[in-house]
Amino acid sequence: MINKTVANVGEALKGVEDGMTFMLGGFGLCGIPENAIDELVRLGIKDITCISNNAGVDDFGLGLLLQNHQIRKMISSYVGENDEFERQMLSGELEVELTPQGTLAEKCRAAQAGFPAFYTPAGYGTEVAEGKETREFDGKMYVLEPAFKADFAFVKAWKGDEAGNLIFKGTARNFNPCMCGAATITVAEVEELLPAGSLDPNEIHIPGIFVQRIFQGEKFEKRIEQRTVRQKA
Amino acid sequence: MLDKNGIAKRIAKEVKDGYYVNLGIGIPTLVANFVRDDISVEFQSENGVLGMGPFPFEGEEDADIINAGKQTITTLPGASFFDSATSFAMIRGKHVDLTILGAMEVAENGDIANWKIPGKMVKGMGGAMDLVASAENIIVAMMHTNRAGQSKLLKRCTLPLTGVGCVTTIVTNLAVLEVTADGFKLLERAPGVSVEEIKEATEGTLIVEGEIPEMNI
Repeated sequence: MINKTVANVGEALKGVEDGMTFMLGGFGLCGIPENAIDELVRLGIKDITCISNNAGVDDFGLGLLLQNHQIRKMISSYVGENDEFERQMLSGELEVELTPQGTLAEKCRAAQAGFPAFYTPAGYGTEVAEGKETREFDGKMYVLEPAFKADFAFVKAWKGDEAGNLIFKGTARNFNPCMCGAATITVAEVEELLPAGSLDPNEIHIPGIFVQRIFQGEKFEKRIEQRTVRQKA
Repeated sequence: MLDKNGIAKRIAKEVKDGYYVNLGIGIPTLVANFVRDDISVEFQSENGVLGMGPFPFEGEEDADIINAGKQTITTLPGASFFDSATSFAMIRGKHVDLTILGAMEVAENGDIANWKIPGKMVKGMGGAMDLVASAENIIVAMMHTNRAGQSKLLKRCTLPLTGVGCVTTIVTNLAVLEVTADGFKLLERAPGVSVEEIKEATEGTLIVEGEIPEMNI
């Protein structure tokens, strides 16, 4: 067993620097690497590029890094829930590259799987395809999209073991598995870190080979963005 | 004239037994409330769940189980969770049978715009570009006119496009229309709405052939 465990978030983020590109898992606030984000805020590194489906809300998730003006560029598919984001984008402080959600996921997966680029029909004929190579296959048009390149991927899983094997819970899975192994260094924070052998190999979602560092997250607030309920009859 | 629930109710009739369905945010989300309970349908949410159920009871919300609108949800027997790449493999790979989404504008050639108003609103396309580029059966749910009273069914879209030539059916508060090579073909009128009223509210080419029946909802 190759042990991927690090003691804490500080060790897990060793080597992050100004100007780097980070992938961050999560959909909305669901399944975001809360501990890594807090540490990035604490470290105060600047000019970072974030690849993340969303940009958090004003006072949580990536919104914390935005408030601190630590982000230079966001690559996302949907950024609607964040006023500070909109302000920085419209004023030109923040560079934003909006990418179709499926393309965003596949650009991560391509990096993980060793594909330099792929063709997708998404965005053909729209401004997303401007300046990109297009090609016809079987009478339908496709856009060539390159794989992402990133320095660190920060992901959040439910359970993990010392070998870096990961299991996700519910829809907190989302982009997290696609980002594992898609950056130079993948850092996984887990709710429960277990000894090797504790997880059934049949149930592993992401094998430890895709993860360089794993640590037990100190706290997970798991804030709910839209609490919707029904009444008991 | 229909309200939002009325539009959802009419669209629900297009959901057939054995369908996997992706519902967009807004009016499309309401469709799930009106699908007949004697047919088998599974709802897909692109953040990674198939077999979505109703909202949870108070106190039973789980922060780890949400839909693409970031609302807390439940799952039904037979449900599954998956990652975002797998989710869009279902969509891009045409495994989802029906896509229902909202729009700001639809053009008579099937183009759709629903993600950006330059200089005003930039929220992003989310999964909409992937959905409209791949799905073969796309129903747009929207009001026939915008808040300023202008038609949303146009000769050509004026806003940045989400997809080209992809919309097949449109259900609005006034009518059900099909996108054809010659323009918007009027199929049904909303209760109490005349063909004249629909003509007036439609900027694009409207094709009216014979008697247009009133919707049965």
